[in-house]
Amino acid sequence: MTDALRPPPKKDPQKRTVTPTLPPTMRSRAALGLSAAAAEGRFALQSCAECGAVQYPPRDACSRCLSTGLRWRDVDPGGTLLAETTIHTTVDVYFRERMPWRTGSVQLDAGPVVIAHVHGDVTTRGRVRMWNLLDRAGQAVLVAMPEGRTPHMEDDPQLREMTADPKHRRILIADARNPNAPALARALKDAGAAMLIAGEAEGWRPYPHRDALAALGVDLQPMDVTDTASVKKLAGEYGGKTDILINNARFMRPGGVLARGDTAFARDEIEVNYLGLMRLAQAFGPGMCARAQDGVNSAAAWVNILTVEALSNDPAYGCFNASNAAALSLSQSLRAEFRGAGLRVMNVLTGPTEDDWYQPLPPPKVGHAALARSVVEGLQRGLEDVYCGDVAKDLVERFRRDPKVLERERTGGTA
Amino acid sequence: MSALDTLAAALASGQVRVVDLTHTLDPDFPVIILPPEFGQCARFRMEEISAYDHRGPAWKWHNISMSEHTGTHFDAPSHWVSGRDVALGAVDEIPPERFIGPVCVIDCAAEATEDEDFLLQPAHIAAWEATHGRIPAGAWVLMRTDWSKRRGAAYLNMREDGPHSPGPSPEAVRLLVEDRDIIGFGTETVGTDAGQAAHLSPPYPAHYILHGAGRYGLQCLANLDQLPPTGAVLMAAPLKIKGGTGSPLRVLAMVEGA
Amino acid sequence: MARRRQGYDGVVLTAPVTVPYQRYSIDTAHFWIARALRATLDAAGLKPLDIDGFSVASFTLFPDTPVGLTQHLGLCPRWLDTIPMGGASGVVALRRAASAVQAGDADIVACVAGDTNQIDSFRKLLSSFSRFAMDASYPYGFGGPSANFALLTDRYMTEFNATREDFGRLCVAQRANALRNPHAVMKKPLTMEDYLTARPIADPIALFDCVMPVAGAEAFLVMTEDEALRRNLPFARIAGAIERHNAHVDDPIQLRGGWTMDRDELWDMAACAPGDMDLIQTYDDYPVISLMQIEDLGFCDKGAAPDFLRDRDLTIDGDFPHNTSGGQLSAGQAGAAGGFIGLVEAIRQVTGQAGPTQVKGARRALVSGFGMINYDRGLCTGAAVLEAA
Repeated sequence: MTDALRPPPKKDPQKRTVTPTLPPTMRSRAALGLSAAAAEGRFALQSCAECGAVQYPPRDACSRCLSTGLRWRDVDPGGTLLAETTIHTTVDVYFRERMPWRTGSVQLDAGPVVIAHVHGDVTTRGRVRMWNLLDRAGQAVLVAMPEGRTPHMEDDPQLREMTADPKHRRILIADARNPNAPALARALKDAGAAMLIAGEAEGWRPYPHRDALAALGVDLQPMDVTDTASVKKLAGEYGGKTDILINNARFMRPGGVLARGDTAFARDEIEVNYLGLMRLAQAFGPGMCARAQDGVNSAAAWVNILTVEALSNDPAYGCFNASNAAALSLSQSLRAEFRGAGLRVMNVLTGPTEDDWYQPLPPPKVGHAALARSVVEGLQRGLEDVYCGDVAKDLVERFRRDPKVLERERTGGTA
Repeated sequence: MSALDTLAAALASGQVRVVDLTHTLDPDFPVIILPPEFGQCARFRMEEISAYDHRGPAWKWHNISMSEHTGTHFDAPSHWVSGRDVALGAVDEIPPERFIGPVCVIDCAAEATEDEDFLLQPAHIAAWEATHGRIPAGAWVLMRTDWSKRRGAAYLNMREDGPHSPGPSPEAVRLLVEDRDIIGFGTETVGTDAGQAAHLSPPYPAHYILHGAGRYGLQCLANLDQLPPTGAVLMAAPLKIKGGTGSPLRVLAMVEGA
Repeated sequence: MARRRQGYDGVVLTAPVTVPYQRYSIDTAHFWIARALRATLDAAGLKPLDIDGFSVASFTLFPDTPVGLTQHLGLCPRWLDTIPMGGASGVVALRRAASAVQAGDADIVACVAGDTNQIDSFRKLLSSFSRFAMDASYPYGFGGPSANFALLTDRYMTEFNATREDFGRLCVAQRANALRNPHAVMKKPLTMEDYLTARPIADPIALFDCVMPVAGAEAFLVMTEDEALRRNLPFARIAGAIERHNAHVDDPIQLRGGWTMDRDELWDMAACAPGDMDLIQTYDDYPVISLMQIEDLGFCDKGAAPDFLRDRDLTIDGDFPHNTSGGQLSAGQAGAAGGFIGLVEAIRQVTGQAGPTQVKGARRALVSGFGMINYDRGLCTGAAVLEAA
């Protein structure tokens, strides 16, 4: 049984903060398909388009029929633990700091035998359910989990290495004024967050849910993502205890290029949605990277909430979507820059949300609570890409099918 | 001695003091808030270009950005639709002598404390003149409310029905412009008009009447409690922005006496 | 029935040499290979340009290959080979070199295996060992081969009711052999209690189940029997030899190796049986794999090795001499030379040159190789039967 994770003691100011280390980082190009599936929390393996054989480890050709037509497909995550070992000694710096470490051989119901991390609650020769997770290096690893829920299973020390679970972590919500802030705060609190701080821009201007945030125990601190000095100031004060940063700052107005007629709102969109991310990252990123291996409440993840239309523009919100496309691209750079520290960047790409500027759109829309649930679940599974809501899931599927066809679909020309 | 020699000597001796009526340009200083679908007033922002570092080893400097109407600022006639055709209505066109003039300070601090929607009426002006004499032509009139001492949300005092702050009534502005021929009108609040002035007739009477008549506005003033009711000289020179409708500026007053 | 294989008639193995191992070396693989080549040539009274075939096994030559070595070492071979097969490299090198000499492609082939062991070279070697390992095994705790063999050992113990003592007996016996080998890295006696109480490495693997990575090199020459006789060199004949790669792909976990596919051919070719062996040299980077070889090469049934060994004495003077030099477990694992250690010792044994580790009257030896944990199992297997002249 997993021991319930205890809240960490206050940090010993005389102790040096441990430099983050990473598990083995290099993978073949084929293996990146597994990482791509893990980024979304899917358990997928290559299967042969000709003979159907499921392959593992990732290959460039089928080991049954030599077909090079291997596709990544979601497969049955069930399996049986064939053999196991608890490793006590390694020459690898990362694992050396985390010994002992349980791994095993799992016979997958889908066919192959895989070497996997083994959750502490899996019984000897027991049935398992495979999770495909990203490790600290941001690469996919297979984790053999118990078939059903076990008490405190998320607290398993090996599993927690792969996730960015909010439990016992201190979380900064970048924009208290965003109407999604109370739902985020509530969901994170329910998930066991130790401390919630929210950046409050323009405290001289009231907003309706301020009392709700205060009632949830959210510590409101002045910060405006468009004001570098204010971001630096908050980072100076709270950067050392920001374990998860949720960038929910958003400025949006409707309209494409011609509907707008000027660049004023576009500038605000870039200031908040793109440069705001950059300012936050420049102020909080280095400190979080330095604290990525700081015990139970190590810095773990960076979350951006973006519109899924960053993938493919809808001109009704053309300029806003463009600013989110810029942010999405920037997040990829940030993800690469954080990777050396093992800090995760999770983008939650959402369909139209229940807020003012999407008011004229028909349903389905993403409510604040649903968005907050996606954020928390994504952190608990250590995801990189979360598609929140039916519209987002639909759009990303079309995007994968053919981005150019999707562009046409969205910009007119389909019946 | 020339007048300026006398002034210089008085400044040197402290017989004439300079009072700064300006708020610090601060990113967190409130600006006017309009319905979100309208264009918005940019907040003051400052980004480091270098700070004796790899971006410039021996010097520190910033890029700044803001609206013409951010912080303590000057409104030119062209700011308002009523003044769009006024001659010399942009900040770069205004004759420089218009930026300096005598100043009358009408103390409404008590009334504004009592009533946050206080409107300055002709009767208040009449009462003030009964004590301090008639407002001279070409004077600046400043409405003291001590509003500049408010901080945070209390400054805009925004509620669901909009901001609540004091300002002049249409009649008072008309009196000052048409009968007293003032050069401009200034307030401690975020605008020359009252918070609820959208509901007056005409809406935003200070803006409408002042600028329609080619007069100027000053807002977000501070330290008006350090000025005498009469006798001070105001210096309010906006930046020379081509076609500018206003400008942040340093507003100074010269005050006689220790 | 497949085509009947030719024997290795007229081809012999001679001039076996071991360059004494070192725990760490500041020198390169080139240095170690040069020393082994020089030693084997000296033993045969040859000069570098006298050999016309050269076979090399090494993990730490990068960026060089054996091609670069010819220029580096001043060789001019007309037949050149590289054997990237780790623990199977000895048997494979032997097979290829013998065929080349038989075919007339070369007259004298020097087979050399050597690696250096610098601080951190083990970790670096593991990190870039194979694509499947990089993708699918090392990210899982980075236990290296110990973790892989721990899984096999765990499964083997469950399937066949083996105990740690069963593995311990083999390790203890090899240490006893090593104490007679002046060049063995391990110098202290090992008791069963030492074995059982050793610190865990990857359960059920503990310290004395593991080899010590070292620097070192091994070499021997392959030539015609006439050449060996002319030079008055003691030599061994090759009675049979087999090789197999990636066998039993559908076994979910490796409990047998490719030997099972080819062992009948081996014994048929050698015209003898397991019971005829005077000694055996198995590839022993972990004891479980030695047990598998003993089973898969026909000394006992699958899963019966624990019982089989319980009744036998594996020391030099015992009834089942096994890994007489101490094997890798006690003499050290010198990279690819670990694939040569048993073969070179076997040549010494059947030519009566083993000195302190000599098995009395040794005329027949089985040598087995096993190599390359590409992902979850060793892919290369080989075995050879050597006979005294």
